[in-house]
Amino acid sequence: MAQITIKGVKKNYAKTAVIHGVDVTIEAGEFVVILGPSGCGKSTLLRMIAGLEEISGGEIAIGGKVVNDLEPRERGCAMVFQNYALYPHMTVRQNIGYSLKVAKVAKAARDARVMKVAQAVSLEPYLDRRPGELSGGQRQRVAMARAMVREPKVFLFDEPFSNLDAKLRVAMRAEVRRLHRDLGVTSVFVTHDQTEAMTLADKLIIMNAGKVEQIGKPTEVYNNPASRFVADFIGSPAMNLFEGEFDAEGQFVHGTGGRMNVSQLNGVRQPGRKVVLGVRPEGVRRTGADTHGAIPAVVDYVEELGASRLIHADANGSRIVALDNDTSEIKSGTPVHLSLADSALHLFSLEDGRRISH
Amino acid sequence: MERRAVYRNKVLPWLLIGPQLLLVLVFFYWPTSQALYWAFTLEQPWGGGNLWAGLDNFLYIFRDDRYWGTVLRSGFYALAATGLSMLVALTLASFVDRALKGTKLFQSVFIWPYAIAAPAAGVAFRFIFSPEAGLVGAINDIWPGVWDPATNGIHALAMVIVCHAWLGIGYNFVFFLAALQMIPRSINEAGAMDGARPFRRMLDLQLPLIAPTAFFLLIMNIISSFTDSFGLIDTMTEGGPIGQTEVMVYKIYVDGFKGLDYSGAAAQSIILMLLVIGLTFIQFKWVERRVHYN
Repeated sequence: MAQITIKGVKKNYAKTAVIHGVDVTIEAGEFVVILGPSGCGKSTLLRMIAGLEEISGGEIAIGGKVVNDLEPRERGCAMVFQNYALYPHMTVRQNIGYSLKVAKVAKAARDARVMKVAQAVSLEPYLDRRPGELSGGQRQRVAMARAMVREPKVFLFDEPFSNLDAKLRVAMRAEVRRLHRDLGVTSVFVTHDQTEAMTLADKLIIMNAGKVEQIGKPTEVYNNPASRFVADFIGSPAMNLFEGEFDAEGQFVHGTGGRMNVSQLNGVRQPGRKVVLGVRPEGVRRTGADTHGAIPAVVDYVEELGASRLIHADANGSRIVALDNDTSEIKSGTPVHLSLADSALHLFSLEDGRRISH
Repeated sequence: MERRAVYRNKVLPWLLIGPQLLLVLVFFYWPTSQALYWAFTLEQPWGGGNLWAGLDNFLYIFRDDRYWGTVLRSGFYALAATGLSMLVALTLASFVDRALKGTKLFQSVFIWPYAIAAPAAGVAFRFIFSPEAGLVGAINDIWPGVWDPATNGIHALAMVIVCHAWLGIGYNFVFFLAALQMIPRSINEAGAMDGARPFRRMLDLQLPLIAPTAFFLLIMNIISSFTDSFGLIDTMTEGGPIGQTEVMVYKIYVDGFKGLDYSGAAAQSIILMLLVIGLTFIQFKWVERRVHYN
């Protein structure tokens, strides 16, 4: 177990900067997920922790020791790669035991440790097979066993489940979570899958375009997105976002001129202020026409989810999605009235996308 | 089922393979059949009639100590030239694969020697290794007589082998580099995470994974050393001094065209051909059975 501190870390390839100064502290024993769209620099950051990528600026310390100039083998990290990166010419046993062999652990001790981790991930029947003879899920488990056998200070996962099918992914998620609970090793997990991130993380780091957008618990990030990017990126179905400004009466005027009564946003409704208003689909309710502040809209289409449904509607030129639990039939073209739940409103600056607290 | 495109026209396919077929017939099957015929007959030096000799030509060769001398020499030549060339090529390829400075340049520079014809390289190396004036000959200024390929057979053979190896480096390099670059980068990285240093990763991870390529190159190099050595030896030593650089292919030339023993030379070329066919066969057998990982 070790704390990881990342201070002002930058990465440049030739003249192009891909990571522009990241500051994060990962507590010992914490399970941290770095989430972001592809190309945001999340894998690069992980690889810099691992020592596979040089650090162009700033400092990374593991367990209080600055590792910038240390080789991967001196950092005490183990990594699970996206494509597993198993050694194809070695058996499962040899794959798992390779690091111990390199470290000159005696054969008997090595076999015992390999057997122990193989049991932890239920791989004993496959120890003498080659990776080519295993299924995707089994290969994934070999990759995890190979990381575990070294008893590292830090586990690094680089999108390890992206090659698995949906069902297996859920199963592996549970397995990783269980292993973390049992071993308690500091873990950094990179993914672009938000469900994976939300379910696994103690702490979530959202990255975009080489910068950290927000750090926090999954629920914090979901309930209080720090920026328009996070609001848009986290949550499925995505948050409704309307660009617009406040008029003289403090009403929100969006898109093509539709108005929304958002009196609950007190104190920030300066007329003419350009903002982005966000509301999650579960914060949008169907309501009667006479409700105060109801927004008139026309149903575009309905997405059935089984237990609930998503109503995609057009509110005076702006698209709005509502999560609806009512099961009565509703057709395209039906006029409806929608209201926005007070607690579900988020406001962001149009200029820099940062959250405006209210 | 594999779907194949089938020509409706019966003439077109023959026209398409015709030129290649013609080349193979004229430059391979015809001379080979001629050699086969000569190998079992006694051919007169100036032509005009021949006698059936059965296996006598072969028996005569096998009883000749000098012939066995060339066989041994060819074997040594093959192993030394192949080993040297592959080792240097692998070293260079692994440096280039590790993307050290100047990789882009060396990727193309290292292939150039392969484009040089053996006799041309032979002439160039004759100057380089010349004991009186060459670059290597300069050591004779320090220790007079220490380098003398003109009279010392070991020096002469070493000189030809070095030159042969040098010519093959480009070819071997390209194959090794391609094989190394086929290995996913993450395997090497996983090795680094597992604590293995670069040289250890080379031995444990990269070499086993490029073994099929290495085996292919081994066979190709040995075959090349049996046949392509002619141009070098002819320009550099002409088999000398006193036959000490005479390998199998050169003895065929000497016996046939200098000694006018067509039948003996034909029999020797049949033996050499069988040897090459045997090596090729091993190569194909192995390629078919070779382990495909993943």
